[in-house]
Amino acid sequence: MSKIETIGLSVYYGDGTVCGLKAVNITIEANKITALIGPSGCGKTTFLRALNRMNELKGAQTKGKVLIDGIDIYNGKVDVIQLRKRIGMVFQQPNPFPMSIYDNVAYGPRIHGQRNENLGTIVEESLKKAALWDEVKDRLDENALGFSGGQQQRLCIARALAVNPEIILFDEPCSALDPVSTARIEELLTELKQEYTIVIVTHNMQQAARVSDCTAFFLMGELIEYGKTSQIFERPKDKRTEDYITGRFG
Amino acid sequence: MSDSAQRCAGAFGSFRGGLAERLVEKLLFICALSSILIVFFIIAFILKEGIPVLALGPDFFFGMTWKPGQGQFGVVPTVLSTFIVGIGALGIAAVIGIPAAIYLAEFAPEWLRALIKPSVEMLVGIPSIVLGFFGLMVLVVFIRDNIGGWGECILAGWVILAVMTLPHVISISEDALRAVPRTYKEASLGLGATPLQTIRKILVPNARSGILASLILGMGNAIGETMAVLMVIGNPNIPWIPSSVLEPVRVLTSTIVIEISYVVWGSTHQHALFALGVILFSIVAVLNAITTALIRKGIRTGCR
Ligand SMILES: Nc1ncnc2c1ncn2[C@@H]1O[C@H](COP(=O)(O)OP(=O)(O)OP(=O)(O)O)[C@@H](O)[C@H]1O
Ligand SMILES: [Mg+2]
Repeated sequence: MSKIETIGLSVYYGDGTVCGLKAVNITIEANKITALIGPSGCGKTTFLRALNRMNELKGAQTKGKVLIDGIDIYNGKVDVIQLRKRIGMVFQQPNPFPMSIYDNVAYGPRIHGQRNENLGTIVEESLKKAALWDEVKDRLDENALGFSGGQQQRLCIARALAVNPEIILFDEPCSALDPVSTARIEELLTELKQEYTIVIVTHNMQQAARVSDCTAFFLMGELIEYGKTSQIFERPKDKRTEDYITGRFG
Repeated sequence: MSDSAQRCAGAFGSFRGGLAERLVEKLLFICALSSILIVFFIIAFILKEGIPVLALGPDFFFGMTWKPGQGQFGVVPTVLSTFIVGIGALGIAAVIGIPAAIYLAEFAPEWLRALIKPSVEMLVGIPSIVLGFFGLMVLVVFIRDNIGGWGECILAGWVILAVMTLPHVISISEDALRAVPRTYKEASLGLGATPLQTIRKILVPNARSGILASLILGMGNAIGETMAVLMVIGNPNIPWIPSSVLEPVRVLTSTIVIEISYVVWGSTHQHALFALGVILFSIVAVLNAITTALIRKGIRTGCR
């Protein structure tokens, strides 16, 4: 069964004058990595943030449906706090809080009322899943801002994992990182998909080809083509997709 | 090529700037120097005039009685009253100002913010004598009729000073809250935190030094304020330690203003007033230094 399904999903910014996303229909499978590609400004971030209702923080208006496990998250009855707990997000710039590694990871569980005695285990497990434990296990009390960009980004992944989400959204998670850190994160993504549904925005074609199972190509707010990654990269059906992935524009 | 171009530009610059530029620079230097000299001169003068009484040592600093007629210059009641008035005012300003700043920074729609912010800042522009007059005519009368006492009292001083400090507290705290990186807020909300949790655990802690700075700066202003306070706090004949907020008190500023008008030129009493000035100046200087340090710290930790 599909984990995420959007039906006629449109997003408008600024009093409905700017259209960030135009009637997108897409079905995203559970335990798969789905990559979103397309030129800058085509609506990738907008799409991603529509999935956990983060767009409304900027005063955007959303039309259409986003079904998660078959339930429309925009139907007015869904508790947005619960929703965001189920759908984790990792941002383009590593954005750990200016507090210790431990407190960063424990932040989510704490606000959701997790008792103190469980926190140690949760922190350890999350850091392990994010492949960061060995590097930081003796430095849990140190301020997160003192770590490298790649470590900070993995910390942000651990922080997202700590609230035990079902879906994790990544918005260009490697764009601020060096190739070694990027490779580590990619490796991590493939491990994480056993347990989580992953949607990732990337500007890096090779990355999309390497890690993702399905790829969606966006252009000017529209979903142009969506399919298996191998098909999109080897036999794109749409001329515009082909132009984009062969680097002829964008 | 580029090398010679640079040399050309340099030569041209020094040719044109030459004399005039050096002259202007000297002039600016003299202006800067004079401002330092003035400050230095004032401090030196106040200190010099205050020393005969400051030299009394414990009798001055820890003395409980201020009776200039009998040569007693104990400063404790005055200083204590000053802090009581200052801290109380600050408490009121904090209780109203910080939530107001949070509302403005986080919840207020743009149009409301555009309305509230200038109105709050306009409070700064009200001359303190006008505010004091208002306090005397309205606040003091209100307290006398509805709460008790003479009306001229600590409570009135608190309210008037809170009104005067509020704009600083609101505006600096709001700036500090807005300076917290958006990404922190998004990360917190993205983890499923409510807006209130985000404010409590992310925004306020990260804006802490700015908020504290606004409070301490406000405190400095409150302690140094003269006119408005003078008009509403009653000023009994002898400074005392009050036992209720409905009692009148004397603070450092009001004591200086009242007694300077009848002090005998060159007397110990006059030196004593200068000594009060030294204390006042030191308190405010320390508070300002703390504010500056806090704001620096905020800037350092705020951006990364
Ligand atoms: N807060 C906003 N207010 C107004 N318009 C916006 C806002 N955010 C995005 N847009 C517009 O919506 C469109 C899609 O933006 P979006 O950020 O989703 O693009 P993107 O594909 O993520 O681009 P990039 O690759 O540069 O991150 C753009 O045309 C953009 O100008
Ligand atoms: Mg984007």
